[in-house]
Amino acid sequence: MQARYSFFSLARNALGYHENWPEAWRSPEPRGSYDVVVVGGGGHGLATAYYLAKEHGITNVAVIERGWLGGGNTGRNTTIVRSNYLWDESAALYEHALKLWEGLSQDLNYNVMFSQRGVLNLAHNQHDLRELQRRIRSNRLNGIDSEFLDAAGVKAFCPVIDLRSDGRYPVLGASLQRRGGTARHDAVAWGYARAADARGVHIVQNCPVTGFRISNGRIQGVETAKGYIEAKKVAVVTAGHSSVMANMAGFRLPVHSVPLQALVSEPVKPVIDCVVMSGAVHAYVSQSDKGELVIGAGVDKYVGYGQRGSLPVTEETLAAVCELFPLFRRMRMLRQWGGIVDVCPDASPIISKTPVQGLYFNCGWGTGGFKATPGSGWVFADTIANDNPHPLAAPYTLERFTTGYLIDEHGAAAVAH
Amino acid sequence: MLLIDCPHCGPRAELEFSYGHEAHIERPKDPDALSDSDWAAYLFLRENPKGVILERWVHSHGCRRWFNVARDTVSYEILAVYPMGAEPPKLEQARYV
Ligand SMILES: Cc1cc2nc3c(=O)[nH]c(=O)nc-3n(C[C@H](O)[C@H](O)[C@H](O)COP(=O)(O)OP(=O)(O)OC[C@H]3O[C@@H](n4cnc5c(N)ncnc54)[C@H](O)[C@@H]3O)c2cc1C
Ligand SMILES: [Zn+2]
Repeated sequence: MQARYSFFSLARNALGYHENWPEAWRSPEPRGSYDVVVVGGGGHGLATAYYLAKEHGITNVAVIERGWLGGGNTGRNTTIVRSNYLWDESAALYEHALKLWEGLSQDLNYNVMFSQRGVLNLAHNQHDLRELQRRIRSNRLNGIDSEFLDAAGVKAFCPVIDLRSDGRYPVLGASLQRRGGTARHDAVAWGYARAADARGVHIVQNCPVTGFRISNGRIQGVETAKGYIEAKKVAVVTAGHSSVMANMAGFRLPVHSVPLQALVSEPVKPVIDCVVMSGAVHAYVSQSDKGELVIGAGVDKYVGYGQRGSLPVTEETLAAVCELFPLFRRMRMLRQWGGIVDVCPDASPIISKTPVQGLYFNCGWGTGGFKATPGSGWVFADTIANDNPHPLAAPYTLERFTTGYLIDEHGAAAVAH
Repeated sequence: MLLIDCPHCGPRAELEFSYGHEAHIERPKDPDALSDSDWAAYLFLRENPKGVILERWVHSHGCRRWFNVARDTVSYEILAVYPMGAEPPKLEQARYV
């Protein structure tokens, strides 16, 4: 049994100079066989394992991660959480996730530092403004909190934005989702890992999956760096590497993989207490609790698996940030990095059974899947447990590319997070 | 930043080029005869390789001509530049997981 984290355990451990905290999860050698093997120890994979155990009583589960937990996009993203997507299918999925976020720290007994500080999406021209109004109305019809702010309202909500009329990117208005905000990305991976481990799930790190064994169209198990592991079901949640995994299983996916970049600045005193996003100029800014500005940039235009990102993209984003927030011009950037995102043609994810029986894929979240982590794990676990798509996941199967029932979220997602 | 060797203008910065995604995808000759899943494959399914990709580029801010490139998507090394319509060159594949 794990010790619960609480004020009292904090106080008790303070007396021992914090030297006696138990490990948050075990690191067992993998068994020879499991009911479900989850490939990929990012937030989505760990959440899937947690809900398999908690909601479906399936605890003979292993999460196999190539590197370290959250070392993929989960630990590289700018952590914006919101649910103000355009279409009904997306609204339902992302709002389900947002509701889970609201109780997540309690549910996991782990502080994921979910901070509902409000998310602004800026409009810079008449077209932006009309699209924004349309999205706000569609959000409200779906019961999602979404408000319109005019330019003066934006200035009042976020005073550091430059609203002088001679700016290069005039701000005509914005949508505001007050329930949106940010969370601590690593804590989400660690919290799910710890809670899944407590229910019996095996967490195996530093162990790439290198192949699948398939016979008669059915999955038998996975080849890994630690040997062959038999599995009744295999759930692949490898984000940027989804095509690589699909190719191992003998089929192709409708995604392409590109680096998406982010940067953080030197830490400064609190200056911006909400999240500001501008899809048009590819700039997203919030401030971490440490005081760093967290800045999200765009994707490279060409396929790549290098976790860096191209310099012109960095330059374009920083130029836009300097225009929108002139007072950030003299700030220095401390770190820059990239994560490999797998982008679908309609900017919506794939949560699906595959041509191989017992093999499930959850991918294609592209530039914006962190916000969906709890909801994605929830519906994917249900899909795996019942071998049938959860109602919220049903629109997101691979079949939509054949039927043409695409869920075009380029407006709400695009490169936006 | 890639340095791309345009066959007509010589080496230029990535910024001068636009991307045309995967090369050698042929438009179906008889669209009426195609099944829905063949259409889906033509429109959407891609190799997206971790390794050598064959892709199209156009020198938008230069000669505005199209050409093919073979590039390693991990090292970003450009392994070959060859004309549209030509067969891809035989290349050593690095193996990545
Ligand atoms: C810079 C950046 C900013 C972003 N900003 C936002 C944002 O503000 N809001 C938002 O909602 N989303 C954002 N995203 C997107 C978000 O990060 C992802 O959609 C989400 O984190 C995906 O989670 P995941 O668990 O599916 O993938 P990951 O966290 O990438 O996990 C996949 C895991 O699979 C592992 N893996 C791969 N191959 C193998 C193998 N062969 N064997 C075993 N394991 C393997 C990887 O090592 C990795 O740990 C951003 C992404 C980036 C890169
Ligand atoms: Zn040229």
